[in-house]
Amino acid sequence: MATKKFLYVNRKAPHGSIYAQESLEVVLIAAAFEQDVSLAFVDDGVYQLLQNQDTGALGSKNFSPTYKALGDYDVSKIYVEQESLEMRGLGKDDLMPLVYEDEDDDWAEKDSIHVVSSSELADIIEQQDVILNF
Amino acid sequence: MSVLHIVNKSPYDRNSLDACLRLAQPDSAILLIEDGVYAAIPKASASERVQQALNNHQIYALQPDLQARGINPDNLIDGISLVDYDGFVKLTTDYDKSQSWL
Repeated sequence: MATKKFLYVNRKAPHGSIYAQESLEVVLIAAAFEQDVSLAFVDDGVYQLLQNQDTGALGSKNFSPTYKALGDYDVSKIYVEQESLEMRGLGKDDLMPLVYEDEDDDWAEKDSIHVVSSSELADIIEQQDVILNF
Repeated sequence: MSVLHIVNKSPYDRNSLDACLRLAQPDSAILLIEDGVYAAIPKASASERVQQALNNHQIYALQPDLQARGINPDNLIDGISLVDYDGFVKLTTDYDKSQSWL
């Protein structure tokens, strides 16, 4: 099977609707098929990656630690739009650290999150074969 | 007592907060719940509108919804009060009526 470039665009906040959780599940399933997967977090989607989310008092599933498994599924290209962060009073330090081990570099642990400008993200979108929106 | 305005949508996704701020009488209170609590984060593009509103309104944020979203309750816009679920119930009884800006 030829490898295609898949981009998942996430634009919804994590707990107010089911989109974020569904997206994450689809990403993990698709990653198991060894496609070239990238994730983009735009608009309220950037809230999905905030550190220290704890849904205990809500009685709903806390799926946020699952993002940390993405690296183990070779999902290492996670793009966060700078403009979306700034507008919400956030910076990269507010996001959970996400890493992967680079097999081409003696399994060195590397950062998966790339904060990119709108124009950089526009280029990334152009390069894809398949784009899925959540 | 007057109206308790409840906002449950992100100010960056919907215009619920703006509608509420435009149509709430002075002295009515505003309670941020669910994705509405994102409006409590400082230094954001909605912060100024919220700060302005604090001159005329008590503004509350629901603590469990902040916690679920990873928002530090010690680092909200100055003047926003925290409530838990019991506090939420008390607010609905303290005010004559509630208006939910869905």
